[in-house]
Amino acid sequence: MRTLWSLSKVMVLGMVRDRTAVFFMLLFPLMFLLLFGALFQSDGSGRVTVAQVGPVEVLDTLPDEQLAALDESLRLERVGDREQALEDVRQGDLDGAVWEEDGEVSVLVSAAGQGTSGVVIGLLNGLVQEANVAATGQEPAYRVTTGQVEDESVKPIQFLAPGLLGWAVAMGASFMSALTLVNWRKKRLLRRLWLAPIRPSQVVGARVGASVALSLVQLAVFLGVAVIPFYGLRLTGSWWLAIPLVVCGTLAFMSVGLVIGAWAKSEEAANGALQVVIMPMAFLSGSFFPTDNMPGWLGAVSQALPLKHLNEAMMSVLSRGGGLSDALPTMGILLLFAAVLTAVAAKLFRWDNA
Amino acid sequence: MTTSAITAEGLRKRYGDVLAVDGVSLQVETGEFYGILGPNGAGKTTTMEIVEGLREPDEGSALLLGEPSWPRNTDLLRRIGVQLQASAFFEKLTAREQIRSFASFYGVSDARADAMLDSVGLTDKAHVQDDRLSGGQAQRLSIACALVHDPELVFLDEPTTGLDPQARRNLWDLLRGINEEGRTVVLTTHYMDEAETLCDRVAVMDRGKVLRVGPPRELIEELGVDSLEDVFLSLTGREYRE
Repeated sequence: MRTLWSLSKVMVLGMVRDRTAVFFMLLFPLMFLLLFGALFQSDGSGRVTVAQVGPVEVLDTLPDEQLAALDESLRLERVGDREQALEDVRQGDLDGAVWEEDGEVSVLVSAAGQGTSGVVIGLLNGLVQEANVAATGQEPAYRVTTGQVEDESVKPIQFLAPGLLGWAVAMGASFMSALTLVNWRKKRLLRRLWLAPIRPSQVVGARVGASVALSLVQLAVFLGVAVIPFYGLRLTGSWWLAIPLVVCGTLAFMSVGLVIGAWAKSEEAANGALQVVIMPMAFLSGSFFPTDNMPGWLGAVSQALPLKHLNEAMMSVLSRGGGLSDALPTMGILLLFAAVLTAVAAKLFRWDNA
Repeated sequence: MTTSAITAEGLRKRYGDVLAVDGVSLQVETGEFYGILGPNGAGKTTTMEIVEGLREPDEGSALLLGEPSWPRNTDLLRRIGVQLQASAFFEKLTAREQIRSFASFYGVSDARADAMLDSVGLTDKAHVQDDRLSGGQAQRLSIACALVHDPELVFLDEPTTGLDPQARRNLWDLLRGINEEGRTVVLTTHYMDEAETLCDRVAVMDRGKVLRVGPPRELIEELGVDSLEDVFLSLTGREYRE
């Protein structure tokens, strides 16, 4: 037990005292979360800006409360020069321009922004029709009542937090196991440990323990940051399933590190090989942006990546109300992946650099 | 004691086309200070590794303290101490953390580890990380790590390579002290003066074979030369190796 503890301590100290390792494995992914989380926060709420050229009666006579309600989706900018306003629309600085000539309300929008154009036309059309009905002095024949359903669309933080966490776990687990293996082999520590009364299971146990502990710290930090109101991640019911998922993911990525560590002769070679493996995997697995629009063949490739499965299951349990049935198959896949790659690593294993 | 500290018989190890160790037999008695000498590529290190139990010989067997060193036997490992050629230290750990870690693998207390560190004169370097130790300090730490569990039999692979004369002489005193405490010490070295001063007996190896075994004095007289270095050169020739 003391041996196990001592070996874990050696591994943890070796890492936390290496400033470069701490930066790239712990702080770098966290910086991505802080940055991306802030960048993608205002997801363009659909508020449009329209230039009003001269007096427009339907707009000018709106009661204050209706104007305030309108302000949530439409910002009116009063300007004098129609040509200038049209130029601004062309340049994309404004979403539309509106003016009135003898009861004819003209709305011009840019052909480029179809989404915002629809909003501008719809809003102004609605105002004009309402004014028309009011002008007839009759009760309107039809009315629209609106309400909201619970918002279940994916917010950026909902895929950023699990995705970047998955990337962080993948980096931490794979780099640590590969570098321990390469460094200990190079410094002949593997040989030295062979000559101490230590069981191989103690070395493996310590490495797994240290890596799992690191991953759980990453999980805690990422969730801690993501749930602060500024980032606004709301955890759903079975979010605790993220813990076993992260543990299984750690084992899977450790096995990637073991294969590369068994193959590589130097830390530099291991580092390069890991970057080549982990970065594309992170992109294809949707760690940085959603991959729904990927071409089919690339989607098929991504299905073979453990990080893809981890990210999806994490997103499901963390922010989309997923439960055990979403997490269990992924855990199985990750453990199977870990078992296969560990077997490969055992085949490639060498005691020293011959 | 009736059993020898080391009994190796007919060791052979082949790497591809190269017969690294070609029928080596060694007998080291308890309490002896024994040196293995030889030019680069003579098979010293491979012989040591087979005897220590790091490698399986293709042929032959090695008994340490009466027990076979292969397959790996953790009870035997508790009774031997090994210092490998390169200083095998954990990255980013201080001298004290290194020796305490090794101590813990053998179930040895931190207090005993600290005492060992003191006995090699490194107490004032206890908080220095491995890569900031000087060559002599690193060698002393590595020897302390090999001795922390009070082994009966100690293997030292070129412990004084790369040290200045002061550090070498200090290390000699340390090694003599270890031997005088009753431990059997097996050492490889390139320095003939070192072997002549320290060793009760030496084995001169070349091309995977043991050429001659005996006390340094006797070998010098037998070949009618002035020093162990002359013995070495007359046995192994003068051409460059590797």
